Amino acid sequence: MVKKIKNLKEFSLSNDRFEGANLMCPGCAHNIIVREVLNATDDPIIVATATGCLEVCTAVYPKTSWDVSWLHIGFENAAVAAATISAAYEVMKKKGKLPPATQKMVDEGREPKIVAFGGDGGTYDIGFQSLSGAFERGHNFMYVCLDNEVYANTGGQRSSSTPIGASTSTSPAGSVSYGEKMMKKSMVEIMSDHGAPYVAQVSPSKWKDLVKKVQKGFEVYGPVYINAQSACTTEWKHAPEDTIEVSDLGVESCVWPLYEIINERDEHGIIYSTKLNITYRPKKKIPVEEYLAAQPRFRHLFKPENRHIIDLWQKAVDARWEYLQKREEAGV
Amino acid sequence: MAKDLKEIKDIEEIKELGWDELLPGAALFSFTEPVEDVAEVPMEERPYAPTNSHEWQVGDWRVEKPVYNRDYCIDCQFCWVFCPDMSILSRDKKMIGVVYEHCKGCGICVEVCPTNPKSLLMFPEHMDNQEALAMWPKKEEKK
Ligand SMILES: Cc1ncc(C[n+]2csc(CCOP(=O)(O)OP(=O)(O)O)c2C)c(N)n1
Ligand code: SF4
Ligand code: SF4
Ligand code: SF4
Ligand SMILES: [Mg+2]
Repeated sequence: MVKKIKNLKEFSLSNDRFEGANLMCPGCAHNIIVREVLNATDDPIIVATATGCLEVCTAVYPKTSWDVSWLHIGFENAAVAAATISAAYEVMKKKGKLPPATQKMVDEGREPKIVAFGGDGGTYDIGFQSLSGAFERGHNFMYVCLDNEVYANTGGQRSSSTPIGASTSTSPAGSVSYGEKMMKKSMVEIMSDHGAPYVAQVSPSKWKDLVKKVQKGFEVYGPVYINAQSACTTEWKHAPEDTIEVSDLGVESCVWPLYEIINERDEHGIIYSTKLNITYRPKKKIPVEEYLAAQPRFRHLFKPENRHIIDLWQKAVDARWEYLQKREEAGV
Repeated sequence: MAKDLKEIKDIEEIKELGWDELLPGAALFSFTEPVEDVAEVPMEERPYAPTNSHEWQVGDWRVEKPVYNRDYCIDCQFCWVFCPDMSILSRDKKMIGVVYEHCKGCGICVEVCPTNPKSLLMFPEHMDNQEALAMWPKKEEKK
């Protein structure tokens, strides 16, 4: 059942099913995203979480911060765990073997939502095989990547999501290096190319856009991928109170464009329609420099010898924004 | 002897108990009794188990705390939606206050508060809230 959330006041009537006194850092965006995703529905939710900050810090013995069914799983298999839960649920439902309380909610049109959360390390890299497999098989679940562009929980190693120029513990900036050498992987397009019915990119600072996309994702049948930018005060090295400001800069500079891709397939699995929609257009696109300047992980780029990386950043962001607009215009 | 967590009701007892003293396969419970539809039950009515982090506190992480001033608040709920730690208490579309047991003092709520002067401001942890309210700044003139 789609929960009515017309405005923020209405959203604030939600009863959180994710609890305080977890051990995430002060100002962590992972928590804000999890709250927005869980509060997007009042239906029952089953969560599987890949190892990473979110799992480690919300299930420290002897405590749990989850009021929904929650599965602690490996680093590499949150997607397949969620897919398995989904498959098992469908069999139980078909055989009439759901627990009475669940059956009652299903009868009221409140189908359980199955959600996997993984970090970028667990999604772009280590869990990619299980994620790709689950999407190829077409299981009915939602995968949310909490993308802080680094392996935060183990001390900030670079991942294939780390953008160029970022200083991380395995791509440190110094006298001989400007930091990370590779561009970020285009995860949203990769997941869309699996033929998933719905994929989207979101930011926690644009809460309404995020909630709308999660609700759309809950309504379609099949695997849904949500790529959420998650500012990390510890590894991006900005002040905890600046989490929302940094997220906003990402959106307003088009470093983190907000868009969705809707794929339609026929009964043979052939994709006959792909539609990309940009869901937020900055009134005035701000320079990438402002986004970079807000995060000390990019501080060294402002030295004269590294300035060319900032120019490269701007070029890459402009090209990508152009690409998204062209796709939207062409309806593909 | 390995213990089943279900038998433990006192939070202090759990703090003393090592993970290796538990029955293999023991689950950590969120509630002391089944809650069928959690989304419909507000926090203050939930039968939290001692193993739910809700029953613990992280308030001692703070150096500064957010103080809430009702006089200027417009109940926009920005602080509620962006608080990472479920520490802004809102009921019936109204902001009520800060849950100091769970607030980590990140300061996001203060940053996103749109009123002038702000309805939430950071003050030293040791300061009395009444004292903080008494020294609230006046409206800032737009330059
Ligand atoms: C197979 C495996 N390899 C390595 C680890 C160690 N490990 C635990 S959390 C983590 C980093 C997680 O990074 P990411 O997925 O980006 O999540 P974040 O902590 O950044 O939210 C690593 C490497 C593990 N638990 N399992
Ligand atoms: S290291 Fe980063 S992602 Fe992990 S809890 Fe801290 S702020 Fe959040
Ligand atoms: S300081 Fe941070 S944790 Fe505390 S109420 Fe404000 S936003 Fe929430
Ligand atoms: S952000 Fe400020 S004005 Fe809005 S509800 Fe919170 S305290 Fe009140
Ligand atoms: Mg990460």
